[in-house]
Amino acid sequence: MDLVVKNGRLVDPARKVDAVADIVIRSGKIQSIGSATVPEIPVFDATGLIVAPGFFDIHVHLREPGTEEAETIATGGSAAVAGGFTAVAAMPNTKPPNDDPSITHYIISEARRSSPARVFPIGAITKEQKGETLAEIGEMFEAGIVGISDDGKPVMDARLFRRALEYAGMFDMPVIQHCEDLHLAKDGVMHEGVYSTRLGLKGIPAAAEETMVSRDLILAEMTGSKYHVAHLSTRRSLERVREAKSRGLRVTAEVTPHHFTLTDSAVADYDTNAKMNPPLRSSDDLAAIVEGISDGTIDAIASDHAPHHVNVKMLEFDRAAFGITGLETAVGLALTKLPLSITRLIELFSINPQKIMKVVPWGLFEGSDADLTILDLNRTWTFDVNQSRSRSRNSPFYGWPMKGKAVGTIVGGKVVFQDRT
Amino acid sequence: MLKRKDLLGIQDISREEILEILDTAESFQEVSTRPIKKVPTLRGKTIINLFFEASTRTRTSFEIAGKRLSADVVNISASTSSISKGETLIDTARTLDAMAADCVVIRHSASGAPHTLSRLTHASIINGGDGAHEHPTQALLDAYIIRKRKGRLNDLKVAIIGDIAHSRVARSNVHLLTKFGTQVWLCSAPTLMPPGVEKIVCDRSEFLHVTHSMDQAVKQADVVMMLRVQFERMSESFFPSVREYFRYYGLTRERAERAKPDVIIMHPGPINRGVEIATDVADGPYSVILDQVSAGVAVRMAILFLLLGS
Repeated sequence: MDLVVKNGRLVDPARKVDAVADIVIRSGKIQSIGSATVPEIPVFDATGLIVAPGFFDIHVHLREPGTEEAETIATGGSAAVAGGFTAVAAMPNTKPPNDDPSITHYIISEARRSSPARVFPIGAITKEQKGETLAEIGEMFEAGIVGISDDGKPVMDARLFRRALEYAGMFDMPVIQHCEDLHLAKDGVMHEGVYSTRLGLKGIPAAAEETMVSRDLILAEMTGSKYHVAHLSTRRSLERVREAKSRGLRVTAEVTPHHFTLTDSAVADYDTNAKMNPPLRSSDDLAAIVEGISDGTIDAIASDHAPHHVNVKMLEFDRAAFGITGLETAVGLALTKLPLSITRLIELFSINPQKIMKVVPWGLFEGSDADLTILDLNRTWTFDVNQSRSRSRNSPFYGWPMKGKAVGTIVGGKVVFQDRT
Repeated sequence: MLKRKDLLGIQDISREEILEILDTAESFQEVSTRPIKKVPTLRGKTIINLFFEASTRTRTSFEIAGKRLSADVVNISASTSSISKGETLIDTARTLDAMAADCVVIRHSASGAPHTLSRLTHASIINGGDGAHEHPTQALLDAYIIRKRKGRLNDLKVAIIGDIAHSRVARSNVHLLTKFGTQVWLCSAPTLMPPGVEKIVCDRSEFLHVTHSMDQAVKQADVVMMLRVQFERMSESFFPSVREYFRYYGLTRERAERAKPDVIIMHPGPINRGVEIATDVADGPYSVILDQVSAGVAVRMAILFLLLGS
């Protein structure tokens, strides 16, 4: 695909780019950056807009194969580009789970066929995500996975988790842990604290996450492998990661937008769209996460997009499924709620996610895949869940006013989403 | 009349509303002493008792209360309804609404189930106990007894002892009694004390105290409220044995004597004799356990009348 992106402010912190210029795209790749007059190809006028390397959401659930009533690779991909993401990493807890190269192949080929966003599959750590024996990690790596995780569940067995770290080290892939000690968290449905006590709901203590983060960091140090904390949610987890980084461990961490915008008080009135795992935490945890984003302890913002059909959400709070959608609100929430420079924001949404997953890098340089996210920092808008491109509607951000939006998404030189006024 | 559709909990109702319920209950108490225990107040109204959890006294109490007000009362329990066929609470709610019930009394093991129901139905919803959240009608009848025996609801010392973590009765009583400025002492082993409980009544925390010493809780108390140990909710180890539980948290005659001489002993029932309360105390002179049961009918008549009467 050929395209000229005209007159945008190009920002790529990895290449120290921050200037107003044009990008000429030929056959899906960036041909040149500078001042361009190429009359024969279409133009995307980016005057007054930020042009960034394509955003990459490294934690999404596309639900295909197996739960297509909630989401498909096509609808999830469509929601991704509408939220400004040119790429997503798909968690393996599908039905069947991605624990086998044939599933990996299916996801990749279906994504090529139907998804406007690029899809990088994540493989399971253990067969059927049961936490008992290692999945076919090497063969899945050859098939195209970029990391391994049993997300949705932790690997409780420390010995097995050690083996996973050692084995994945051979491929230099990150091992991504959903940190939750299942004994401490048993039957819990929200953060343990004053609100869970007042509401009479079983709590998931912060310690359920923190003890596993602590254990894993020791195993990561022992093995020297790449370890990534998914959806970090508490102050003490953050402190452990900060300390590990200061000693040079190969550890990275992501946070979700809901953990820097909402606290456990949002569960009042038993709103099941405030039910997710890890749960919304205390205001002190939220403050710590915002600090961690600013000081670099947190490497990436990832949505943990978890679509669910209304039938499994509109239930008693205890019985409702965990999780909320997030692809279309993540960038808006970050721009609205976080006190960040644009370069730091682009690191969190694009540069660091690419490094964590060790994909072939893209960015604002000649020869790169032309995957671009175009932002309007001044656009005010309101999220309307009924207009969502996701097949599901489980968002607590319905009706939230936002400032700042992805208004153009370009994948391989093709404009796959635009929202121009 | 209460200016609200539902009674979901004590947390969000005012002192004035509570007093209106208690005053109305006083006048209904007399109905239960007549030879013909019936008034025509709610004739033509339909009340559905929707019980997803086993209950004898609450369900029966609501049934009698409704019938004494001449309402039509229908009982539905989980084992006999479509619920066992997999129907969701939402569909059950809509079905009952389509039958134009005026009031649904719901008991459910999931905290918040009455709130979900309330959003989906036109009928008035009364929370008959939801999970470990609230049991507002129990707290109201407890308040009725306390006021009757002590002449007031303020400036008392009330000890609530036992399985606080799983107790909706404790939570509703904490909300109610602290609203009136009574000192409430919650007492249990730390394993049965829910985290952050001392802060659940945010603006009235000076009235709420937490201790694991039963002697401290009972000392000079005006009211001792014992809670049942809820074995059915205990999927894990909260204390080593029943014997050891009784040793630290069982109400014996000696312990009861540390309270004020005119103390009243309450229990929402059903009682585990020898687990949380000694038989001689349960049946002894300070015990108002059976008075609680009879007050329950009058208080529930008052609630039904104030929500449904016109």
